[in-house]
Amino acid sequence: MYDRAIRRRRLTLAALLACSLLLLTVYFGESNGGALHNVQRGVFSVFAPIQEGASAVLKPARDLFGWFGDTIDAKGRLNELESSNANLRARAIASSEALRVNAQLQGLLNLDSAGGLTAAKPVAARVIGRSPTVWYSTVTINQGSDSAIKVGNPVINGDGLVGQVSTVSGQASIVTLISDGELAIPARVSAGGAQGVAQTGAGGPEDLRLKFIARRYRVNPGAAVVTAGTLSTTPGLESLYPPGIPIGSVTKVVDPGTDAQKIYLRAFADLQKLEIVQVLTAPINGNRR
Amino acid sequence: MTLNYGSLGWRLALICIVTVIFQVAAVSQVKILGVNADLVPLVAASVGLIVGSLPGAIFGFAIGMLLDFALVETVGVASLIMLAIGYAAGRLRELRDPQGAIVPLLVGAAATAAAQIGFSLLTFLLGQTVPLGWALLWGLLGTVAFNAVIAIPVYLLIRRCLLAALPEDPRRRRRRAYTTGGLSPLSRS
Repeated sequence: MYDRAIRRRRLTLAALLACSLLLLTVYFGESNGGALHNVQRGVFSVFAPIQEGASAVLKPARDLFGWFGDTIDAKGRLNELESSNANLRARAIASSEALRVNAQLQGLLNLDSAGGLTAAKPVAARVIGRSPTVWYSTVTINQGSDSAIKVGNPVINGDGLVGQVSTVSGQASIVTLISDGELAIPARVSAGGAQGVAQTGAGGPEDLRLKFIARRYRVNPGAAVVTAGTLSTTPGLESLYPPGIPIGSVTKVVDPGTDAQKIYLRAFADLQKLEIVQVLTAPINGNRR
Repeated sequence: MTLNYGSLGWRLALICIVTVIFQVAAVSQVKILGVNADLVPLVAASVGLIVGSLPGAIFGFAIGMLLDFALVETVGVASLIMLAIGYAAGRLRELRDPQGAIVPLLVGAAATAAAQIGFSLLTFLLGQTVPLGWALLWGLLGTVAFNAVIAIPVYLLIRRCLLAALPEDPRRRRRRAYTTGGLSPLSRS
């Protein structure tokens, strides 16, 4: 009984296998108009309407599952596009940064050429830190005594005077900005030659003033103010700043023509957006004109 | 175990037709991450696991041939592969009688992998173009994974459809006795 069952199973299996192989062989051997192809077409023609009806009936289910698939696919696509977008944005930002840095470096180059500052051995530096206070009176730069920077060296950017080096380490320095009330800069009005001291007043970083201007000088709003350089002929009293570096422009004058006249300046350099600066490491002829 | 061939026959025929229609009309058209499920090897393997090697082989042959006719593909390819799958699953049941809950999943995944590889090999041997490369590998692995996920529900569904035509399983009878208040052999002793 058991043997018969095994024999029957093997026989059936062999018959099915033979049938499959025979079907394959016949199907491959015959032309498109052959018997098996015709049967297949007949079955297909019967099957097609059923398939069509089933397709219509099953459309909601298909749409539901398709929605899941589409959502997953869309999510993958979204991630891909977000990644691509982030990549492009990073490149655009990098390009924009490069353009801005280029403009700043170009400004510095122009200032060096026009002001004859190349002899002052300028050292370019990048601002790597900033005072967290609202006063923004100091910044940290990435060059220090290893680049021959010393305390007191003037610091400029493409727009004009920025400040002076107040602390130096091997590879970094702290620059006190002209918005710090501690800094006093010998200055003169470019048109007219009135000489005084540029210093930030008690009103804060925006309160840059030109002080000690003799009353005989009439200073008009809009006039440019530059560093005066060394005025004294006495050795040891040289100014730290070479002459002719732009500081700012006169915004208003209160009580003009009096000893108490107050001349307000707006710095040319945007002290809140400093990125690239130059430190002038060597005085030129004692910073005399 | 004796099978009620009459009842089982028409149930298997119905499962065969419904599966092929459902596969062609719906399942093949739903792609998730570029792959879709393939119910045919799952159903062939499930039938083999439930009813044994001989009905499994016959069912595999029939569903494969119907698929070949429905899709107007080379007649004999799918029937050969599904015949092997149905027979192998049935033999597994007859020789090992695996009882773990995960068995349908493993058998389904193996059946799908065998079907995918078998189709690729046969297609290649018949001289047709096979898209070799990562796409093929991704399609194969994706379908295996997809089918592994749905293998257990498909198996349970097929078993439910065939249950009435199957002879009473002593294990099933015992379980039912406990749940309906019958005494376990341990409590009797």
